[in-house]
Amino acid sequence: MKRIALIGMPNAGKSTLFNRMSGGSAKVANWPGVTVDLLSSKLLLDSDMVELVDLPGIYDLHGFSDDEQVVRHFLANNTVDLVLIVVNASQIDRQLSLTLQLKSLDMPAVILLNMADESKKLGISIDTEKLSTELGYPTLLLSAKYGQGYAEAYKIIESSLRTSHSRPAQALDQDFAVDQAMETELDNIVKHSVDFPAQIGNPMTEKIDRVALHPVFGLPLFFGFMFMMFQAVYTIGGPLQEGTAWLFGTFRDIALVPLLSALPPLLNGFLIGGVYDGIATVASFVPIIIVFFLFMAVVEDSGYLSRAAFLMDALMSRMGLDGRSFVMLLMGFGCNVPALMGTRTMRSRGLRLLTMLVIPFSLCSARLQVFVFITTALFSPQHAPIVLFSLYIMTFVVVILTALLFKGRFNSQEPFALELPPYRLPTTRQMVLRGWHEIGYFLKRATKFITIGVVMVWILTNMPFGVEPASAASWSGMIGEFMSPILSPAGINPELTVALIFGFVAKEIVIGALAVIYGLEGSALMAGIAEQIDWVQAYSFMLFTLIYTPCLSTIATLRAEAKSGWFTTLALVWPLTLAWVVSAGFYQAARFLGY
Amino acid sequence: MKTIQRLSDMKVGDTATIQAFHVDTGFKYRLNGLGLRIGKTFEVIRHAPFNGPFQLRIGSTELMLRKRDAHMIEVLI
Repeated sequence: MKRIALIGMPNAGKSTLFNRMSGGSAKVANWPGVTVDLLSSKLLLDSDMVELVDLPGIYDLHGFSDDEQVVRHFLANNTVDLVLIVVNASQIDRQLSLTLQLKSLDMPAVILLNMADESKKLGISIDTEKLSTELGYPTLLLSAKYGQGYAEAYKIIESSLRTSHSRPAQALDQDFAVDQAMETELDNIVKHSVDFPAQIGNPMTEKIDRVALHPVFGLPLFFGFMFMMFQAVYTIGGPLQEGTAWLFGTFRDIALVPLLSALPPLLNGFLIGGVYDGIATVASFVPIIIVFFLFMAVVEDSGYLSRAAFLMDALMSRMGLDGRSFVMLLMGFGCNVPALMGTRTMRSRGLRLLTMLVIPFSLCSARLQVFVFITTALFSPQHAPIVLFSLYIMTFVVVILTALLFKGRFNSQEPFALELPPYRLPTTRQMVLRGWHEIGYFLKRATKFITIGVVMVWILTNMPFGVEPASAASWSGMIGEFMSPILSPAGINPELTVALIFGFVAKEIVIGALAVIYGLEGSALMAGIAEQIDWVQAYSFMLFTLIYTPCLSTIATLRAEAKSGWFTTLALVWPLTLAWVVSAGFYQAARFLGY
Repeated sequence: MKTIQRLSDMKVGDTATIQAFHVDTGFKYRLNGLGLRIGKTFEVIRHAPFNGPFQLRIGSTELMLRKRDAHMIEVLI
């Protein structure tokens, strides 16, 4: 099978093009360095199956950071039949340097000048025919985002693939210094075939930046904006969650209960009170998660993340981190795993490890489900969103504390330069893809971890045979009692303890586990929990859930990325210790103050 | 009369030409990739608060650069 690789500078739109060609849903964002690993897909081209590979963005072929090493490693170990060099058309004056380097390798290629819509708006006119002649590669303009120029691109890719001689797997060991000759060549080519307007600039972006990057109002605006976003997620997502929970409950009462009534009580209880209630409770939060990710998609695509890096870099540098670390924390609000992988763009090991140590504190969407559930159950509708936001603030508090404590151990002098791309908006198509992707991701986790988790919890709460479910005599009761000397100072009761233990596997299991332990679901479950614990205990439990040991997928990623046993151990032990100290400290202080 | 200065000494609105880099090779390639090459002209757009990074514009590319690293670049202004 022939192989096509997408190569280009970061944020040139390779993944958008990859999605368009393969029908896939690779994560895209207006941030240089979203793709840090290989993605491949098979597609039908010219009645032949070909493999399309999306590679991380690279500035040149030297490759010092881990994401750039991925590209070097790929070219050293794989035959490539055609390279699609993706160039941001409006930055053609600098991005063609990579093309010239690839040309010196005699790489079979087609040049795709992407974001043609933007370059046209900026008044940049490009003579693609002249470029083709000068570069010796077929060159054309297209917009991967809006799908313009796409049919023609397909034709040229197909014909190039037919005639191209493939490049065998071969390590890149030449010296690619952008030497004087290559620079002169680049400048000449651009001068001959590209016409830039005298005054280049993106008026819209400049206008927004005057406000967004304001020296005084920039930071408060950023945090105000984040607060509004979470408020909106809560306001829109809350009723959706209640509706979904009601649907699951109705289905259970109308269809499931009568259907399974003939089964023996134990099996009936296992299927309804264990598997169904557990999964349905978790699944009822999927709409909130989708709303959340739609907002995240807009933020990530807008280019605001790079501005956040700009605004926060000075503060982050005092903690031994940099602007990228802050953006990875924000991306961690979605899921910690891709945020951890995103640190591959960092070259200094100290900086990377310190960033990876703090990312798991980021309040991910799985923990968001737990907190929406608890805050809705224990706090009034007016207070709940504020309580929720205070937990996001807590993320930053523990991040700052951890970074300050450990920055001496993880020293870094890494220089830092970052592109600030123009503001953009995602298309509806991209938003739908993103939402769809998240549903798929939930279903994958549901089949993998959540089902197993709730089944285990059901067994623990109902065994040994004949015991009152979740009573002190049950296995879960025994575990809870056993742990009680450790967790009761934090106000966490035996039922919540068992939920926490399973939350180690995946945080969503915490609410599924509560449904199984309390034998309730939906609003009845919320009422049941509210009866048993007060708001001080609830908040302490949420603090613990936020800070303690990250989920299994996160730990596996930490281990794979850090390749260090002691670092993985530290990333396990430190959050657990900190969680206990913070929760117990809060609980004892609140009780002392008479709450 | 033009003089050679450090990029870190530039003020908002200043335009200058890159003269020399005193940074490690890896970072020099990164800056080259972002469009900062010897002989290229760029403009300082703004500074971030709390002694934060510079925002530069070179051609159609905007980028941020830490002050500490900007100190390692010589410019003709």
